[in-house]
Amino acid sequence: MHEMSLAVAVVDQVETAARSRGAVGVSSIELDVGELAGVVADALAFCFELACADTVVEGAELITRTVPGTARCEPCAEVWAVGMPPCLLCPGCGAAADGLVSGRELQIREVRWADPEAAREDHRQPITEES
Amino acid sequence: MCRAVDLQRAVLAKNEAAAQILRTELTARGTTVVNLLSSPGSGKTALLERELRLAGERGVAAAALTADLATENDARRLARSGAPVKQVLTDGLCHLEADMVARHLHDWLPESTRLLFVENVGNLVCPAGYDLGESLRVVLASVTEGEDKPLKYPTAFGLAQLVIVTKTDMAEAAEFDEAAFRAHVEQVNPGVEVLLSSVRDGRGAGALLDRALAAAGGNRVHTPVMARAGA
Ligand SMILES: [Zn+2]
Repeated sequence: MHEMSLAVAVVDQVETAARSRGAVGVSSIELDVGELAGVVADALAFCFELACADTVVEGAELITRTVPGTARCEPCAEVWAVGMPPCLLCPGCGAAADGLVSGRELQIREVRWADPEAAREDHRQPITEES
Repeated sequence: MCRAVDLQRAVLAKNEAAAQILRTELTARGTTVVNLLSSPGSGKTALLERELRLAGERGVAAAALTADLATENDARRLARSGAPVKQVLTDGLCHLEADMVARHLHDWLPESTRLLFVENVGNLVCPAGYDLGESLRVVLASVTEGEDKPLKYPTAFGLAQLVIVTKTDMAEAAEFDEAAFRAHVEQVNPGVEVLLSSVRDGRGAGALLDRALAAAGGNRVHTPVMARAGA
């Protein structure tokens, strides 16, 4: 299950970013996952729960956005949804697509940090500084 | 009360960076990596054993790194070819990553190695997303696996630079429809070469070795549509 490696990679990247900006927590992480990236969203969500335990990311919501696969034929100037299983031959002329326009993404699109101010209010003043 | 920050970082960036370093280092010393993917039981080890033996006969310095979840059986088999072989046990991990390959090269791979074949874990899903610093990626499918395998595993077949059909001596018994298989490969990876091979009757002997040497010699290798960003 390579989703575990991916989940660990997500947590690592967000942790590094959190450390560099002194974030105390993460409220949500939004991922772009291409249709052709070979990732099962449910498996990724399950692994994420395990991977984020005892890290600054723990408790964050993982939002996965599926990006449909599209390809382009240069001579026809056509862009089509390749579907699943994908067809990378141009529906217009039958030639091989020049390339994918989308569908192989595997990116952290956005991270929402838990606001340090809000966290401090929640725990009443200096507790977060002392602990 | 949240602050949104755009990270836009590729999740696999770490692996891609490691793979790029590995490729640069190995290429500089004259070693070319060939990454072999297939499902379990496709005949990957048998094919590799034959090609390694041929490499030995032709005086080509080839070696193999073979990955499995458990047992060193494949390494023992491959070692019969006379080539240097190393077994990687992944401890349950379903694929190899570039840093695992890099870690296993030290103190083992002879400096003179021209071709390093990496036999990935038998799995057509997970290994597909991981660049191992290879210059040639090969996907294998045996005639008993069904003609629609490329459609069921589009990422693995879509990113291959060479497709090899194995056990073709059994094609008739398995009622393997070669034309349908080729059409399915073409659908997900237009223009990729499909080679037919049988270790039992000798069909396609040396073909993998020839393609690997061509890639090592800097010959242009097929770039799959899936690996090309549309302009
Ligand atoms: Zn067209």
